[in-house]
Amino acid sequence: MGMTMTQKILAAHAGLDYVSEGQLISAKLDLVLGNDITTPVAVNEFEKAGFDKVFNKDSIAIVLDHFVPNKDIKAAEQSKTCRQFANCQCISHFYDVGKMGIEHALLPEQGVVTAGDCVIGADSHTCTYGALGAFSTGVGSTDMAAGMATGMAWFKVPSAIRFNLTGKLPYNCSGKDVILSIIGNIGVDGALYKSMEFSGDGVQNLSIDDRLCICNMAIEAGAKNGIFPVDEITQAYMTNRCERKPVVFEADKDAKYDKVYEIDLSKIKPTVSCPHLPENTRNAEELHDITIDQVVIGSCTNGRMEDMEAAYKILNGKTVAQNVRCIIIPATMQIYRDCIERGYVTAFIDAGAVVSTPTCGPCLGGYMGILAAGERCISTTNRNFVGRMGHTESEVYLSSPFTAAASALTGFITEYKEVQ
Amino acid sequence: MNTQGKVFKYKDNVDTDVIIPARYLNTPVAAELALHCMEDIDKDFVKNVKEGDLIVAGWNFGCGSSREHAPLVIKTCGVSCVIAKSFARIFYRNAINIGLPILECEEAAEEISAGDEVSVNFDTGEINNKTTGKIYTAQPFPPFIQNIIKKGGLLASLKEADNE
Repeated sequence: MGMTMTQKILAAHAGLDYVSEGQLISAKLDLVLGNDITTPVAVNEFEKAGFDKVFNKDSIAIVLDHFVPNKDIKAAEQSKTCRQFANCQCISHFYDVGKMGIEHALLPEQGVVTAGDCVIGADSHTCTYGALGAFSTGVGSTDMAAGMATGMAWFKVPSAIRFNLTGKLPYNCSGKDVILSIIGNIGVDGALYKSMEFSGDGVQNLSIDDRLCICNMAIEAGAKNGIFPVDEITQAYMTNRCERKPVVFEADKDAKYDKVYEIDLSKIKPTVSCPHLPENTRNAEELHDITIDQVVIGSCTNGRMEDMEAAYKILNGKTVAQNVRCIIIPATMQIYRDCIERGYVTAFIDAGAVVSTPTCGPCLGGYMGILAAGERCISTTNRNFVGRMGHTESEVYLSSPFTAAASALTGFITEYKEVQ
Repeated sequence: MNTQGKVFKYKDNVDTDVIIPARYLNTPVAAELALHCMEDIDKDFVKNVKEGDLIVAGWNFGCGSSREHAPLVIKTCGVSCVIAKSFARIFYRNAINIGLPILECEEAAEEISAGDEVSVNFDTGEINNKTTGKIYTAQPFPPFIQNIIKKGGLLASLKEADNE
């Protein structure tokens, strides 16, 4: 029987010709990632276990992104721990303030991840890099420590669910609407322990930013990883960008899937996940009675250039509704710079929004947009759990940048076409 | 190895944001973090939990963020075992890696109630509800994972392999 795309990448990294579902393997890692929250725990474990040297200084990425520029003294101590470790170990991919970005936007942009890679990251949204045809999955800090020490990780080979995409998205929808509607359909554990493999003619109609967004939220369906095939669009993105040579893997024609879903992209509608689970999806047009206090456009899910373009298209020349705070966070310094050069930042400020340097901040209720009791936010982030963005009695609605920006103008949940 | 304690019961999809809210993650110190364990869904948990007690929950326990702080605070609070219908995969890995015993058993997770006195035998996977007298058997871990647990966590098992 054939192997899925994920299984082929895992087999190659385990030095095996063939792997099958459920098999426990030890695989070589091309990259081990951590951030300012998970790395201090990993460093502690690494040192406690008596390791003194990382396996390869070029195969580790440490990105300060969750609470930087440091939100308080404790956060500053955590950044300091990361900085000292990175300097001491001569980590080549260490990204501090001024160079940092939100890790899952930054590493693809900087060419640190590439097709065919096997990547672990001590951050659940590490599954993002499947968009480039890599096997990439989130782990905890101890796995990060072990990965840094040995360059290896153990995996249970996953089975897969296939999503066969056809058609083209309507103008008012993005990758976010695709993944939210999939999660609404299969549930927050609908792909538990499994790969989500995307395929079909519709893939060519999705940009890299759309694919990164879709793979980013695979974890919100419980998946081990999300993955797209490598096509001309991926190749064009990787050319002159990736440090390592891309290796293209394809699923075997006779690969077995637990289930196959057919998704016609032209039928996707602007989708919103209501509190307090990403699977509680509704069509945006059904939610006009939901008034909002805050809008967040940013995060590892939707802080990329196309997301900024969507926000600009809607906010340019308009005014954010009274009593709505609109917070826009470009995900990397490059995107931030591009937003300035293209005049987006001026347009956002003129519309009454604020623009921050890159940070995960509000997404996880860290800082830069915390909600009070009873407040509601529509956000392009990835989770709407109880208390995720602040008070346990606040509410987060997840949407695309189109829907979030349109809602900023009206003060209630609104889709793009209604504000044109 | 055995354990026995009182059960704290929770529903499906208990996420790592409620196990330990991110607003406290500006420190890696387990004892400090543990003061806030479960507080967003159960304000009294930290006050009431005793050494050896168990958490029993529904599907997809530990979903969301990969923060290892989540199993760590549960362990630091004295919880001796988490029994659930299923675990989110990163939480599952993290629990094994840091040495928090977890068991998957749908029937036990469905039937055991809050406050029940439950004992667990980790070698056999036997879960005994002393309050109702009912006995369940959980799925045992594959030998590879049992070895990590036996060695005291992932890094300890790696060090040992290194020395062999």
